[in-house]
This record gives sequence, structure tokens and C-alpha cells, in this order.
Amino acid sequence: MNSTIENQHGARPYPIVIAGHVDHGKSTLVGRLLYETASLPDGKLEELKRTSEKRGADMEWAFALDALQMERDQGITLDTTRVWFASDARTYVIIDAPGHKEFLRNMITGAAAADGAVLVVDAVEGLSEQTRSHAYLLALLGVRQVVVAVNKIDKVDGGEYRFASVRDDVVDYLGGIGIEPHVVLPLSAKHGHNLVADQTSALPWWSGPSLLEALDALPVRPIQLEGDLRLPVQDLYRRPDKRLIVGRIERGRVRVGDTLSVWPGGRSAKVVSLETGSDDTRIAAAAGQSIALTLDDELFVERGHVLAAGDPPVEGNAIRARLFWLDRTPLRAGDTLTLRLATASHQVVVERLDTVIDVQTLSEHDADAVPNNGIADVVLRSRSKLVFDLAEGGIATGRGALVRDDRIVGGFTVAQAADVADGRVLIPVDHSVGAGERAAANGHQGGVLWLTGLSGSGKSTLAMALQRRLFDRGQQVYVLDGDNIRGGLNKDLGFSPDDRSENIRRIAEAARLFADAGFIVVTAFISPYREDRHNARAIIGDGFQEVFVKAGLDACESRDPKGLYVRARSGEIPEFTGITAPYEEPQDPDLTVDTEALSLDAALNVLIGQIDRVYATGGDRERASG
Amino acid sequence: MNHLDALEAESIFILREAYHQLNKPAMLWSVGKDSNVMIWLARKAFVGAIPFPVVHLDTGKEFAETYAFRDRYVPEWGLDLIGDACPPIETVDPSLPPASRFAARKSRGLTQALERHGFDGIIAGIRRDEQSTRAKERVFSPRGADGVWDFRDQPPEFWHQFNARAPRDAHVRVHPLLQWTERDIWLYIQREGIPVVPLYFARDGKRFRSLGEEGITHPIDSNAATIDDIIAELDATTAPERQGRAMDHEAEDAFERLRESGYM
Repeated sequence: MNSTIENQHGARPYPIVIAGHVDHGKSTLVGRLLYETASLPDGKLEELKRTSEKRGADMEWAFALDALQMERDQGITLDTTRVWFASDARTYVIIDAPGHKEFLRNMITGAAAADGAVLVVDAVEGLSEQTRSHAYLLALLGVRQVVVAVNKIDKVDGGEYRFASVRDDVVDYLGGIGIEPHVVLPLSAKHGHNLVADQTSALPWWSGPSLLEALDALPVRPIQLEGDLRLPVQDLYRRPDKRLIVGRIERGRVRVGDTLSVWPGGRSAKVVSLETGSDDTRIAAAAGQSIALTLDDELFVERGHVLAAGDPPVEGNAIRARLFWLDRTPLRAGDTLTLRLATASHQVVVERLDTVIDVQTLSEHDADAVPNNGIADVVLRSRSKLVFDLAEGGIATGRGALVRDDRIVGGFTVAQAADVADGRVLIPVDHSVGAGERAAANGHQGGVLWLTGLSGSGKSTLAMALQRRLFDRGQQVYVLDGDNIRGGLNKDLGFSPDDRSENIRRIAEAARLFADAGFIVVTAFISPYREDRHNARAIIGDGFQEVFVKAGLDACESRDPKGLYVRARSGEIPEFTGITAPYEEPQDPDLTVDTEALSLDAALNVLIGQIDRVYATGGDRERASG
Repeated sequence: MNHLDALEAESIFILREAYHQLNKPAMLWSVGKDSNVMIWLARKAFVGAIPFPVVHLDTGKEFAETYAFRDRYVPEWGLDLIGDACPPIETVDPSLPPASRFAARKSRGLTQALERHGFDGIIAGIRRDEQSTRAKERVFSPRGADGVWDFRDQPPEFWHQFNARAPRDAHVRVHPLLQWTERDIWLYIQREGIPVVPLYFARDGKRFRSLGEEGITHPIDSNAATIDDIIAELDATTAPERQGRAMDHEAEDAFERLRESGYM
């Protein structure tokens, strides 16, 4: 028989979650529904009878799902389970969620994947603690297609009146959290009343749909094909001839030739190709697809960036979020977490704990901690730029997970950008002296002049001479170079590509601190890789100026101030930039200083001109400060 | 985008996530239909070559057709194969029923491979519809130091936020096919033209529906000689897929015990 898996060719099974208070009969309902739709595998009915008899119990439909030995022995559902069944209309995959309080995270795991939900309520007990908390989580998780099943209706006298009373309570509560149930219906899972059509002989007063009919009427969650493109970058794969950007399209469409913007920053580039790895070439892709693409510009792109079209996502350092907390250690203001938003990860501080929400009464109150399974509104702040959308519509760039000690300890949806709302500093710790004050005292802003070029191009010479000139003008200036960095902070690093990258990262972080302290920092490192310099720019932010100190390899080799080229040519120094290791020239530097064409004095004048323009006080790039 | 496209996109996302988050992943390849689909998906995910090794836990008791298939497709698919042999039967828990002991060799073989090669993640092609304890799995499922699965304390997993972090000395199992059904697998094999071991197709009224070792895996009565036949057969049957796998049926909780102690 099994019409069960007889789905329309190619249709996706409709995922539903079964939620509700412990012992209100969720697993029983699922077990019975499988039986009624002839979806139990061969032998399962007999196995159920056997198992039930062995334990001295009545027929326990729940055993069909509670497969794990421990669950059978304790009679509770530990974790989410999935089973498939079908009506005449479509195939379903049921996610049976556990009702026990300590298993809330399992319930969330199940419910987050659902399009629709059945909220099971015991007709005798009525609305209970987990009925409310599960319903609240359904709303928070974005599951709004809800059927309410008032179960065990056989157990109450005057079923019709009790049903009406429970129904009113449920509708009232759901209304408070923005859910309008499709239908509230009575049934008895154990006795097979009103699960499928024509099972209402015991419920003569009921003329509404059966559970299965109600489920068949639930709409499918739409894939967001329309709307502005959101493609969070999942990874980058380097090939000899190209760089593949991979990720899943969360909303909208992308076509070869489209101009996209890359966030944070909003730089734009054109899509050159969509790659599948096989011979078939694609020219377009849409929401839901995992794709690989190439761009016409080697922009700095990394995991966590968002490719967008149309209205851009919001870029900011803080969000107001509604979160659910799933850790035994409560969350407090001031705690540090890793925020995972689409494919990005950010270190955030819980800047403020606004309110904790009591899901039983739907009241909000002040608290200094969010307990396990608690729900709260908070402000989360990051030093790095967050790229996000508001959570409406359940887009991946509007919600995510919270991680502490490598474990997922909660989830959140973005309610709004918090920078605008607060008008506060972008730096988690309030400094008693702000960047604006430092700039006013120094007569210039802090920043980093990042010199890059081959060994012998003149970086150190320029940096040292520039430091002298700026210092003599009364400015705050400091040079970071190999002498003061490689010997100390970075003395554990070698010259492999990984170590070179880490070297540059640390230099950027150190330079950023000096810049925050109000200094004009001049760095003099070869910094041969484009990606590392882009990283440095990302770390340092607005005050970063990339300066290409340009001189041909021949000129550098003939200068050879430290005799390094000779040693590199003889093989004594392996991996020497320009000889045996690559130097990637800047493509779009903020300034180029050609030391073959300019005298030292002329080169210094070019640099000072740039400094006076870019680091002037009151300039438009002055950071927000408090 | 149809159902198979959606499953494919989801699996590719999971594979890419595993590769990004793990330091040293490996993929289990039983040479069965599901793991062939998984390899196929990985070649799509990584746009060509699979960037990590593929482990075949060899008990030495596979069918000849299985070995022939493996030897043909390792070069054809450009696989970096690790074909370590599993430890002998004497090394496994003697209290397990006979076929389960056989399966336990694979768990031990996996533990051995983890130790020998230092993998921190194992990508395995299990599906939720195969067996009810597998239905409880996470896509990213942390394992204890001995490969032990603590189903009592599984991490939350939602909104495609997969977490590959595991405690030191432990590893993570990644299950890119968890959402697929047996029917999905065959429809996809058909659509993509993915090769499979010929034992799945009926000969003399018998075919293998699930492929394990010789001696503990039994064919079912079937005349399904093509993929269309197989799909029609699946639509008509209510027999479970693993009915021919002796290890599942030796005791009520046989398979659960196997999985808890690290079986796939």
C-alpha cells in the first residue's frame, strides 16, 4: 500500500514540527498519524505491540518514534526525530520535538527546520508552561504556520465546552506573540479521533477539519527568489587561473554580468562566471542554490563578507537583538561572545541587557542575567563591522547563533541597528579620552601610513626621514619596522606564507593601537601579499593609507643596502621576495611614491602632502568618538 | 528549484562548511550508493577535485564487485584513497551478537584511522530515514575521544549555523546526506548518471538494497533491474531498507549500541 512516499515528482516534503508540553501526547500523535496514513514500515506495528506488552503498557504509539532504548525506558522523547509520511496531497517530514524543559535546545533544533507546526495541547491540562515557551520559540524561529491540536479530548466530560475554553486560551496567547493559528481542532491521538477525515463519530459536535486536512492546507514557506541579492561568502577556493567565491544565495538572483557590491565597504565588481565544476555552464542562479562565482576585480573578499545587489545591507558595529539562551551559565552584560551571522564571525560584547521576557506572561522586566532557556533583548557590540539585514522574513543575514567556548549557546534575530539608536562609541570600552580630543590636542588625527615595496625600494629610508620631519613639526609619529617588530613582538615567526601573514596581522593590530592613541604610524615592511594588506586595512579601518614605494627589481638589487639580494641569489636566503617569493603589487594604492623617479626630498614632500590632507583634524574621516 | 536541487544545494553547503571549519577532514566511502552520491556532491562542492582524503574501511570481506568498483573509480574520480584494513574480529567486544561484532570492526577501523592520520572530522553518508537512531543525528555531530556518541547531550543546530568545534582528542562527524531519503538517493543517481555497484540491480530475482559485507548482508527478492524499477519498488514496499543487514536485528537495541560506541 504505502501511498506514503508517493509524492508528486520532485516536490519537497513539507517539514512540520510537533511542539507542546511534556506528556500532552506529541509522540503519540505522530505514531498514530503514521499508522493512519499507512506509513509505518513492515513489522513496526507488530514490534510496537510486542514492545508495549513487554513493558506491560497499553499500545504505546509513541514507541514508533522513541527509538532510543533510553527513551523507551523513561517514556520521554529525548531529541528530535524525523519521519516521513504522506497524505493524498503531499509528502511530509515530521520533526518530533521533545517537550521536556531541559531538552529545549533539541526542540529548537527541530523547529528551526520546519515550515509549519502542530502545537499539541492536553484538553485536561490546557495551556501549560512548555505550550507557551514552545509557541514563543516558534514565533521567534519564524515558524508562523500553526495548527493547534487539542489532544485527549476523549478524557474530558462535555468535550465541546472544554475544547472552546482551551481554544480561547490558546488563541489569546498566540495572538500576543503575533501568531494566528490556521485552525484549533479537537482530537484524540490514542484513540484515533479526528486525525484523518471521517473520524468524528466520537466528536459529533465537530464539523471542522481533521488534523491531516488542516495540515494539507498549510502554505509552503516561500524561497526568497525576489528581492535584493544576498550572497554571504562561505569560502574562497584558489585555482591556478582564478579565485572562486563560494556560498549559498539567501535571497534574490545573480546573473553573469551583474554588478554586485561587496560588504562591508560596498566596493563593486562584476560577475564574470558561475562555475559548476562540470561542463555545463550556467549564466544565472537563484535563492537556495550553492554556487561558485568569479569576479572581474580581485577585491579583498573573505568568508563572512556579503555580496549584494539593490538596496545594500546595513553596516554597523552594534545591533539590538532578541536572543534565546541555551546555556547553563547565565548570560550577563559585559560578557564576550562570538556572534555568527550568516557566514561571518565577530567577537561581540553584550553591551546592554535591556529586558528579559517572561514567555509565560509575555511581560518584560529588568534583570542582570539571562538564564538557561531565557529570552531577552540585548545590545551586542563588535569592533569589526557587522553586515546585516533586519530579521523580518527570516533571512540568514538577519539572524544567527551565539558561540561561547566553541559551543553554540544561543541564537538571535536582529531587531535593529543599535549605533543609530544609541549614538554611542564604536569601541566597547569607553575611553576617558576620546579620539576627537586626542586629535584636537595633537593637531592631527591618528592613522597608519602603510609602506609596501620590494626590499631596497626605500621604505625604511623614507620612513625614518619622514619620522624626523613630522617630529620636528611637533607631530606624534612612530615607525614600525623589522627592527622593532621582528626582534620582539614577532620573534616567533619565520618567513613561510602563513608566518608572513601572521606577521602582518600583528603589525596591523599594533599599528592600530598607536593610531588609536593619536599617532601617525609609518610601517615599513615588504608586505608582499595583497590579501594581507587588505587584511591590514580591515583591521586598521579608516585611517589606513596604502603607499606603494615603487622601484624596479633591477634598481633594488643594484642598491642592495643590506646585501640581501646577493645572499638570495646564492640561495643562502630561501623565499626572498622578488627572487624566489612573489611580490603582489598594489592595484589601487592610496599613494604611489616612485623612488627611481623622485629624490628623497621630493618623495618626502609627496608623503607629507598626503598626511596633511588625510590626517587633518576635523577631516571627514574622523572617527565617531565619545 | 525542485526537491533534488534543494537537497543538492544543502549538501554542498554542508560539505563546504565542513571543509572550511575543520583542519583535517576525511570522507568515508563505503562504495555503496549513498557514499557515491556524497562523492559526487563533493566534486560539485569543490568544483573539481575533492580536497581531502577518502577513507574506505576495508574489512577484507566486501563483495568482489565492490572492490572492482572501488579500483575503477579511485583514478577516474581522482580520489585520494586511504584503504586501511580494519582490525581483526578478536579485537572487538565479544558480548556483541555475531554480525554486530563484524560492524564493530568498522568502528575500530575508524578509530584507528583517526589516530593514524589525525583527522578532526569525518564526513559520513548516513541518512535519517535509514534507521531510527540515525534519525536523531545532527548534521555536525561531536564525538567523544573514543568515537562515543552522547545522544543524551547533543548541541543545538539551527538556521544553517553548523559548528565543527569538538573538544581536544575528539572529532566531529559531518552528515551531508542526513535529510535525504532512499528514494531521493535513487532519483539523484538517475538524474546525474552516478555509477553504482551492479549488485543493487536484480539478477535471478534477487538484488541488494543495502550493501554491506559478504555473509552478513543478504539480498532481497526483487526483479528491479533498472533505476526506474527500483523507484517503483520503493514506492510499493513498506519493508525497511536495512532489512538485509543482520547487525540491525540481533537485539532490540543492537544498532543503537553500535552507534553509541562509534559506528556510523
